[in-house]
Amino acid sequence: MWQYTLKRIFQGIITIWFIATATFVAMHSVPGDPLSSERATTPAIRANLEERYGLNKPILEQYVLYIGSFLKGDFGISFTQRNRQVNDIIREHFPVSATLGILAVTFAALGGVLFGALTALYRNRLPDTIIMFLVILGISVPSFVFAALGQLLLVNINNLLGFSLLPVAGWGTVGHMLIPALVLGMSTMAYVTRLMRSSMLEIIHSDYIRTAKAKGLPAARIFTRHELRNAILPVVTVLGPAIATITTGGFVVELVFAIPGLGRFFVQAVQQLDYTVIMGTTVFYGAFLVTMVILVDLLYGWIDPRVRVQ
Amino acid sequence: MSNVMNRELQPQDFAPALALEDAHGLMRPSRSYWQDAWWRLRRNRRALLSLWIVLGLLAFALLGPALWRVDPARQDIDQISQAPGADRSAIIVAPYQPWNGLAMADAPMQTGVLGLGDAPSSQAVRVLWDALPGASGYRLYRNNYPIDEEGAFGLPIVDVMASGGGHYEDRLNLRPGTYYYTLVALDEFGGLTQRFETLTVEVPRVITVEEVRQRALVPDNQELAPGDTVYLAFHPLGTDYLGRDVLARLMSGARVSLFIGIVAPLLYVLLGVVYGSAAGFVGGRLDQVMMRFADFVVALPFLLFMILFQVVFGLGPGQSGIIPMMVALVLLQWPATARLVRGQILQIRQEAYISASRLLGARTWYLVLRHMIPNTLGVVLVTLTFAVPNAIFTEAFLSFIGMGVAPPTASWGSMSNEGLATMLTHPHELMFPAIFISLTVLAFNLLGDGLRDALDVRMRSLE
Repeated sequence: MWQYTLKRIFQGIITIWFIATATFVAMHSVPGDPLSSERATTPAIRANLEERYGLNKPILEQYVLYIGSFLKGDFGISFTQRNRQVNDIIREHFPVSATLGILAVTFAALGGVLFGALTALYRNRLPDTIIMFLVILGISVPSFVFAALGQLLLVNINNLLGFSLLPVAGWGTVGHMLIPALVLGMSTMAYVTRLMRSSMLEIIHSDYIRTAKAKGLPAARIFTRHELRNAILPVVTVLGPAIATITTGGFVVELVFAIPGLGRFFVQAVQQLDYTVIMGTTVFYGAFLVTMVILVDLLYGWIDPRVRVQ
Repeated sequence: MSNVMNRELQPQDFAPALALEDAHGLMRPSRSYWQDAWWRLRRNRRALLSLWIVLGLLAFALLGPALWRVDPARQDIDQISQAPGADRSAIIVAPYQPWNGLAMADAPMQTGVLGLGDAPSSQAVRVLWDALPGASGYRLYRNNYPIDEEGAFGLPIVDVMASGGGHYEDRLNLRPGTYYYTLVALDEFGGLTQRFETLTVEVPRVITVEEVRQRALVPDNQELAPGDTVYLAFHPLGTDYLGRDVLARLMSGARVSLFIGIVAPLLYVLLGVVYGSAAGFVGGRLDQVMMRFADFVVALPFLLFMILFQVVFGLGPGQSGIIPMMVALVLLQWPATARLVRGQILQIRQEAYISASRLLGARTWYLVLRHMIPNTLGVVLVTLTFAVPNAIFTEAFLSFIGMGVAPPTASWGSMSNEGLATMLTHPHELMFPAIFISLTVLAFNLLGDGLRDALDVRMRSLE
């Protein structure tokens, strides 16, 4: 287990380095340079700015400096927002995205497991048909439509009630988070439901369930102890990639609901060509995702002893 | 089962079987793998329906513009944000004449302080008012919604600093519908007072003979006189916020969305097949290195890098942004197929028929082309079908956040983006492209499920 953990961590570090390098190469092949979008500058000011951001050095030296500062955890200074560190931007906006993402993953996992188990228990009966229809809808409808519909629904509910039950946009209280998180987790919930259904169906027909029934165990105990516990395993494996899609897929929800998350900030930085912010955010997100995937892998090994043996 | 059980047994059932000549022959015509898969797919009604939907969407994109010959970029300024089935009638009036501020012959009766000087129309609303006691001036407001107790007056359109009665001609962006005008008395410093009068005006849509002729709304030889009704251009699915025909835009958007959605997966699946089969077949150290690289590419945060690539390629003026998006998709999405195909090739390499073929003297390229690649085609086809909705989603997502195709080009994603702004008042502008995206994704997903069952492919992941 320790060896496996160390190996995964080492792989993760190499992957993050690759992401940082790919980002560096991508950003340095952008036509023009970061300062060309500025207002007309005199050569002296330009030289000063280049000196400030280290743009006058040879590309390899820039690369070494860039990796070096990343190792120190320093993502540099924003190009468009004077005197604002990329670190500060991340520190300020990432918790918002993370809160939203964690809530969405929680919704998706709980809802998916619950609905998936229900569909398997009521196979080919009404609850199954209804839920599977909703699942197909959840997989086929793009997130921005859900976001728009969610907001429309909130507006109508608030109008109908005559007071504001849940805020329509913005950030700050739990009320602000519920609907955006639900919308964000929707497609993952549909996906988890499908996965849970097939894994549950497989387990319901397995020998040890028949044994448990033959022993006379109560149905509730079979369900919680034997069926649910084993059926959940494949769900855990998709949670890592799910966290990835949910955190990076947050842009749309953040945009529609006016949530001050890192995703919205990233889109803004791209539109303004704020190079350090783009690079810092990408690498930060990449590192975050790699960490999450590794954590989920290790968690899986901890839940399912069979993985450890391999 | 039950048929056999319930059958009445006859004595001849117990007679010894005759030795037939062709007892070992094939009873049914033999079917190839693909024929068999097609047969199974045809029995799957959901998959078959999806196949028809996909064909229908392709026809919509390719043949649609030939049948519905409306320029998707043409703006119909008389019909902006019109929902499908909205009233298209317009009454013919004389060309616009300047107004002298006096009540005209066909003006409605003035009942209150605020009244109309002429029959209101989308050409102009002419407002007259009598003096309000104690007013030093007036401010006129216009609102699209009724003015209730605490309601706002709406858009201030004019200030008149004169104590007597006055008049104003409103020609500001008038659309057919109901307008609520409010006249507020001003004090001598131009400040608002509590004294106000309101007026509700129904504005009908009008058009001049010249405009009708210019837009060829009626045959050239038809006589037109003021008061006649003509019908404006027909838009089956309504118009968007710039007055463009939604159906025509959906068709040209379908070309963009389906082109990216189908061609990009074709390219990256092809790249994945070449890469994966090379790695799987060569094996050894090179295979390790190649698959490590694929792992790295998988680890890149996908949407962030899609956006990053859009920046890297940069859009010049007049470029649609379709090609950069395809290149980015291909660069980032090939590893999933490569992994899958490599796994398949490794598996097939162990099969007995490969050893047999080798024993018979088959060369390597023959093995690869004749046995390995055809045997992975089932998996590849299923991957491809599931890759299409993915690519369509990505395109829609990027266009939605404004990082996809550049504005004059329509795509379902960019149309949704434009429709979001007017979602509350004109939901059709968002709903139609959203329905098309959902329908396409749904059809390809169900088709993929059907193909997977028909080809009996065991897929470990549904990437």
